[in-house]
Amino acid sequence: MEAHSSEVFVIGLTVFFLACIIGYYVVWSVTPALHSPLMGVTNAISSVIIVGAILAAGPQGFDTSKIFGLIGVVLASVNIFGGFLVTYRMLSMFKKKTKKTKEKE
Amino acid sequence: MSSNMVAILYLISALLFIFALRGLSHPESSRMGNIFGIIGMIIAVFTTLMFKSVLSYYEIGAAILIGGAIGSFIALRIEMTALPQLVAAFHSLVGLAAVFVAAAAFYDPVAFSIGKVGSIKTASLVEMSIGTFIGAITFSGSVLAFGKLQGTISGKPIVFKFQHLINALIFLLIIFLIILFVINQSPTIFWTIVIVSILLGFLVVIPIGGADMPVVVSMLNSYSGWAACGIGFTLSNNLLIITGALVGASGAILSYIMSKGMNRSIINVVLGGFGGEQDTSVNKDNSDKIVKQGNAEDAAYIMKNADSVIIVPGYGMAVAQAQHALREMGDILKKEGIEVRYAIHPVAGRMPGHMNVLLAEANVPYEEVLELDEINHDFPMTEVSFVIGANDVTNPAAKTDESSPIFGMPILDVEKSQSVLFVKRSMATGYSGVDNELFYRDNTTMLFGDAKKMCEDIVKSLSA
Repeated sequence: MEAHSSEVFVIGLTVFFLACIIGYYVVWSVTPALHSPLMGVTNAISSVIIVGAILAAGPQGFDTSKIFGLIGVVLASVNIFGGFLVTYRMLSMFKKKTKKTKEKE
Repeated sequence: MSSNMVAILYLISALLFIFALRGLSHPESSRMGNIFGIIGMIIAVFTTLMFKSVLSYYEIGAAILIGGAIGSFIALRIEMTALPQLVAAFHSLVGLAAVFVAAAAFYDPVAFSIGKVGSIKTASLVEMSIGTFIGAITFSGSVLAFGKLQGTISGKPIVFKFQHLINALIFLLIIFLIILFVINQSPTIFWTIVIVSILLGFLVVIPIGGADMPVVVSMLNSYSGWAACGIGFTLSNNLLIITGALVGASGAILSYIMSKGMNRSIINVVLGGFGGEQDTSVNKDNSDKIVKQGNAEDAAYIMKNADSVIIVPGYGMAVAQAQHALREMGDILKKEGIEVRYAIHPVAGRMPGHMNVLLAEANVPYEEVLELDEINHDFPMTEVSFVIGANDVTNPAAKTDESSPIFGMPILDVEKSQSVLFVKRSMATGYSGVDNELFYRDNTTMLFGDAKKMCEDIVKSLSA
């Protein structure tokens, strides 16, 4: 059992470092003009924590853990919907008036 | 669903999140990126709902609907000028959600297969408490940042004696509590960790002042990612680990860019207290110096006779909601055949990219909006710099005066243009408390008044 759990941890750690490196390169390629939408999107996707909340809220019956899970689902949902929508609003503002000047690039 | 299938669906979802960030490398691809993000999230949620142990669809569905309705309502109604506080508020929710998920895992470890109540695996306990700790700090830090940005709490840095020592001691206390928690798995200690971490979050943000907010907001963005990571390790969930790491890295890079924009280290910003202390020492008596004042007609005249104008917006423009009037002014000038561009300092506004969003909202084409490195060498060839709501980011003292607290900060070289128009409410100093010598130069004309009103008046004179 002990060996198994440490193995799981090492896999997690591998994934973690690789993801950090991907994050590093991907984020540096983001144009500074879009740094606000970047915060909006990262905010929305960090709420993928909802996965954990759903697992906690999943079982039937009612106990402490389930209540915590449901609160977690509500909080994360506010973020998911709010984050993606506000990002959508920001990005649609960057759309306008580009047709005329597009050929220059 | 088999566990392999789950792992593959989670992987797809993680890849979609990476593409969502990648899309932001250009405005044209960014909207597709956002859609990738949404699809990724839908896949993640539905995959989890397919778990055998997940049965209470009604309760979960209701929770998603409630949260979704609140989130959508806020996101659709928020003014773009209020974005920084919105983002801060959202960060606090991620932090709080992380605390609740960790608590849920602690009270029902079987649901997450990390052991039984009272005998949870040691590794899971450590990961759980770290996730809780970061989540709680993110929560309270963001709440305070929200208050400061919203103006509910004074934006001035609050400093007191032994501040850093107290923070360090609290941090050590938390480590001690975590060790204790891992040993005896007591709920009391779990909640003590939560409360002490919340306290630490407040104390960390309290000394940080208004204009340092871009760094704080990015830092909290980063924390919310690391909190998700901590929970990901607790649940051995790669999707959470990957996403948390992406968000954590993103926030960390933004913090770095922002503090570089102020020529300060992140540590220096975090330790805080900037601005407040210098107020008395730096405000030299400038009453003998002459300031050239002008009005909207003068400004209109000067710009009308120029070939090129660079507009430098700052937080003051956001406060006055002047972006639409400003764009109108720019449009008229462009019609006259004058080249109009916008120069954005990395720390202009209260969050990274704040000015860009406001200008985009006002329909300024993003090609006309340039970053500091792109436009700074063009100031000597420019006839008029129109500074609106910015101050410290144009202060030449950053280049010449070694004793100045902003010395070394990269600034926009507006003083190199032939003339400078400075829209300002009063002669008050900027956030750093440093006087701007630019105000007293011969080629500077001060335009006192509300930024929005001033732009509207200039538009009137231009059209007359």
